[in-house]
Amino acid sequence: MSAPVIRVERLGRRFASGTQALTDASLSVAAGEFVALLGPSGCGKSTLLRLVAGLDTPSEGVVQLQAPAGPGGLPPVGFVFQEPTLMPWASVADNVWLPLRLAGQGRAQAQAAVQAQLAAVGLAGFERAYPRELSGGMRMRVSIARALVAQPGVLLMDEPFAALDEITRQRLNEDLLGWWAARALTVLFVTHSVFEAVTLAQRIVVMSARPGRIAEIIDNPGGQPRDDHWRGSPDFAARCARVSQALRRAAAAAPDDATA
Amino acid sequence: MKLDRALPWLVFVAALATWEIWVRVADVPHYILPSPSLVAATLAQHFASLAPAWWYTVKITVGALALSAASGVLLASLFALSPWVERSFLPFAIVLQVTPIVAIAPLILIYVDSTTAALLLCAWIVAFFPILSNTVIGLRSADANLRDLFTLYRATPWQRLRLLLTPSALPYFIGGLKIAGGLSLIGAVVAEFTAGAAGRETGLASRILEASFRTETPKMFAALVLVSLTGVAIFWLFNGLSRLLLGRWHESER
Repeated sequence: MSAPVIRVERLGRRFASGTQALTDASLSVAAGEFVALLGPSGCGKSTLLRLVAGLDTPSEGVVQLQAPAGPGGLPPVGFVFQEPTLMPWASVADNVWLPLRLAGQGRAQAQAAVQAQLAAVGLAGFERAYPRELSGGMRMRVSIARALVAQPGVLLMDEPFAALDEITRQRLNEDLLGWWAARALTVLFVTHSVFEAVTLAQRIVVMSARPGRIAEIIDNPGGQPRDDHWRGSPDFAARCARVSQALRRAAAAAPDDATA
Repeated sequence: MKLDRALPWLVFVAALATWEIWVRVADVPHYILPSPSLVAATLAQHFASLAPAWWYTVKITVGALALSAASGVLLASLFALSPWVERSFLPFAIVLQVTPIVAIAPLILIYVDSTTAALLLCAWIVAFFPILSNTVIGLRSADANLRDLFTLYRATPWQRLRLLLTPSALPYFIGGLKIAGGLSLIGAVVAEFTAGAAGRETGLASRILEASFRTETPKMFAALVLVSLTGVAIFWLFNGLSRLLLGRWHESER
């Protein structure tokens, strides 16, 4: 295995309120790997993602990012939030332009990259539209285009498709796998859906709550095309069952609400 | 849809007609209630003396509004930068806001030599608070995830202010401006009443006072029409501005 792109060691985060959001989390993610963080709410999966992004500082432990910086001094990580988090006052093109703009690129200079990225996520022709004129799925595509336009080596995604309908979600799952393969991205993907984790990831990190921690890491190797046909196969069902059992074990090991 | 737009005008015209007919039929003396046609005639007749007074009131109103917008935004930015500044200065702003302007105006007129400056100050006191408080809320209302995104891409404080905080605060600022527009006119007129100034450099309130001393009720109404028209014009102006700046993206202009 090549040197890890993300290395997290004995990571912990206690909030000012006293809540231990994450404790003793260790994880290595290799270049080009697709890893899902799976668990119930309150298990610290979003906290872990924010710590990796550098949006939060750990109380204990270390986070190491070994990804090369993007072009023009852009950060090596891209982040996609649960909501599309677009600027409502800016057009689709201007929203995607933002990372390049913050790095000092003018509109004309960034235009080609912005257009290419919008075309890559299937939104060519929507440059001048405003976010409120788009559907939820299209807004999420804009959000992904904004993350990818900075050409990050690492993509961090925080339940990006949780609010979308099932059909839109499956299409985005498939498209995401395509973008991941085409760009050799390293992806850390937070979800609370077993199906989504099994569909997308090569490894699934099962987490449990109170306090948030890593309970188990399950290999979910690829090889087969991860399409509709595969999602109907016994292989897919068996993998989902195995991951579900791991989730239940993790929940059983955690103290209940009453004793917490 | 056409009727929709015409309806307010129709009701307005009907109300004027009822007024006119009632004054004529009941033979109401013009010093009690002049008919709309008499008010219009008086307005035309005295326009030469009313116009400079109108212009003076408009100048005070617009001046106070501009001062309020500038000082409100400046102070709000300082508040947003430092909670410490806010805690120290917000009480002053609140005291200014809750003390009735009619009660402060006589003091201000004693302290400030120039009547024009005193009037400006009074109108500013009334108009500035809504802009300040709205802009403070607006600057804080930027989406938390967007803030994180700006942090992730290492935005400079200036980029953050220009590209994130300013557009987020804009709808709130415009809301404050709409309130302050009406208030600055009220402040200007009230202060002028308190000043009770006579002479050339005076506004519409002075014309109303003069006319009232002489029981020239139609002239009082004529001056009142000009005050109302000014208020309505300010309201329309800011509604238009709001549509222009927010029309494409903000829910309030949907």
